[in-house]
Amino acid sequence: MNIHEYQAKEIFRKYGIPIPPGEVATTPEEAEAIARKFATTVVVKAQVHAGGRGKAGGVKLARTPEDAKIIAAQILKLTIKGLPVKRVLVTPAAEIASEAYVGIIVDRASKRPVLMASPAGGIDIEEVAAKTPDKILRHPVDPRYGLQAYEAMQLAFFLYSDMKQVRAAAKILQQLYKAFFENGGSLAEINPLVTTPTGEIVALDAKMVIDDNELDRRPDIAALRDESSEDPSEVEARKASLTFIKLDGNVGCVVNGAGLAMATMDLVKYYGGEPANFLDIGGSSNPEKVVAALRIITSDPSVKAILFNIFGGITRTDDVANGIVTAIKQNPLKVPLVIRLTGTNEEIALKILKDNGLSAMTDMDEAVKKAVALATGRKVA
Amino acid sequence: MSVFIDKSTRLIVQGITGRDGSFHTKQMIEYGTQVVGGVTPGKGGQKFEDKVPIFNTVAEAVKSTRANATVIYVPPMFAADAMMEAADAGVRFIVCITEGVPVLDMTRVYPFVRERGARLLGPNCPGLISPGQSKVGIIPGRICTPGPVGLVSRSGTLTYEVVYQMTRAKIGQTTCVGIGGDPINGTNFIDCLDVFEKDSATEAVVMIGEIGGTDEQEAARFVREKMKKPVVGFIAGQTAPPGRRMGHAGAIISGSAGTAAEKMQAFEENGIGVAKRPIDVVDLLKRAMR
Repeated sequence: MNIHEYQAKEIFRKYGIPIPPGEVATTPEEAEAIARKFATTVVVKAQVHAGGRGKAGGVKLARTPEDAKIIAAQILKLTIKGLPVKRVLVTPAAEIASEAYVGIIVDRASKRPVLMASPAGGIDIEEVAAKTPDKILRHPVDPRYGLQAYEAMQLAFFLYSDMKQVRAAAKILQQLYKAFFENGGSLAEINPLVTTPTGEIVALDAKMVIDDNELDRRPDIAALRDESSEDPSEVEARKASLTFIKLDGNVGCVVNGAGLAMATMDLVKYYGGEPANFLDIGGSSNPEKVVAALRIITSDPSVKAILFNIFGGITRTDDVANGIVTAIKQNPLKVPLVIRLTGTNEEIALKILKDNGLSAMTDMDEAVKKAVALATGRKVA
Repeated sequence: MSVFIDKSTRLIVQGITGRDGSFHTKQMIEYGTQVVGGVTPGKGGQKFEDKVPIFNTVAEAVKSTRANATVIYVPPMFAADAMMEAADAGVRFIVCITEGVPVLDMTRVYPFVRERGARLLGPNCPGLISPGQSKVGIIPGRICTPGPVGLVSRSGTLTYEVVYQMTRAKIGQTTCVGIGGDPINGTNFIDCLDVFEKDSATEAVVMIGEIGGTDEQEAARFVREKMKKPVVGFIAGQTAPPGRRMGHAGAIISGSAGTAAEKMQAFEENGIGVAKRPIDVVDLLKRAMR
């Protein structure tokens, strides 16, 4: 789960990381009032779950409260990577002497949380990583002991030479690790971590991603979810325990398992169609999940055909068949339906479908070809 | 021959009385797997289906059944504990089917299991099957058939799809292994490629990957440097959208976006035949094994 910058900053502050003050506004007037309170040049920052905010025009300086109002109005009208901006963070502009990068992620290769630090922080950090990898220090942490003081110092010496700054940075790294670990993070990042002309070190930005699998045992973190800043169909899918991503095509896909779902989309494309979505109904699917899946897909007017591709393992195909029958009884379909279904309890599933006037195919390629033909009106070879 | 499991595998089931655990235990017994016991705290002394003894703890189960493998179907918040309990009880091969295990739990489970000398498969995986001998997990038995091809995959249902196509084309399998799609898993592609290379019955290997991470690229290098047997592959996610990735850490750590194109290129550069569609695995195998 993504959380907003202002929420990540609140968490980081609790752990003692120095973060400049800031308040959230949902209207231009609120932004103006906040800027007036700070009585200095402010930065207005879009709060949206997408990277590249600055490059999309979502981060701007405002010299006066009136400016802040105008700029907030502009930013609150933006859509960044398909997501509407509903909130802005207003924070005093800082004077920057240098920019560093610090971040933590769970690394697949070392199977540990890895801390990364670079004295060359800022928006081009990925280019730094690609072109001058020696400017980035990576340090795997043993999660059973946590980040030790000497480890934090080693990383901090890579960032700064002034001893006061080294100590301050080491402290921040330990605080960041703690915030990451104690809140079920899959990523925590400060970019940039700046030094001011007077030598102070402050975190100007904050990013945190929470592992979705942690939310059941962390209700306080789960409560940070901001549904207004998510795609409505993705919100509905999540409530039904489905994974859904809207795409631009016209073949609606309902599949069990992420790998097979991606392979199905790839095959739709291979046969000349375009998938309308990624939708994984997951394992152990009950009929209600299938009903929700069909409701989400049919609410997209560009969908011209719906393809079920179900290979039962832990998913019982009879559950899926029952879901399809229930959904169609509640809401008759306006577009053609192609069902491919095989695996666990296949015989029962086929009988359920047959008793309700539906049929299913067993071959994936044939089913995809048929769905593409129905969606495009073209013959598919 | 086969890898990891065979006729002699003595399996216990952790979470044997749950919805998924009981359903798939029946399926495993039906397939011929030696299920020698189950574990559900509080139900020790009872019997599953009047046959399989249930124990309160893994240690008890191992002591009285001499089990050498376990499969875990417990809910996600208890899965880390179940894996550690099994390793501590001396079980050598641990398969965790559970989906949704927090990744930070896995950062602690992985070294714990390893230090006790056990092999972990999963979590969030379909398990494995050595056709005609034993199955541990949830892979449907009837789509498999014994034969000379080893299969390793990050996916669940996509694995079934490819195995099904192979079986229809009369290409049997030594063992099919689902390693799971989580960021931290106990067994990776290279572990499986290594045992397939050493297994005398395996003549060729299928590797099924997907977008994200760099495991496939590293496995591809292993194939070129360490393997004599032919390997063919498929990568899912060619049409996956780039997404709205937050933060830079992912790209910095791996130096890679983990796209399907990158992985397919790594396969090709290292002599691994790349299937455009799942069905194409069949033709690639036929050619590789000629």
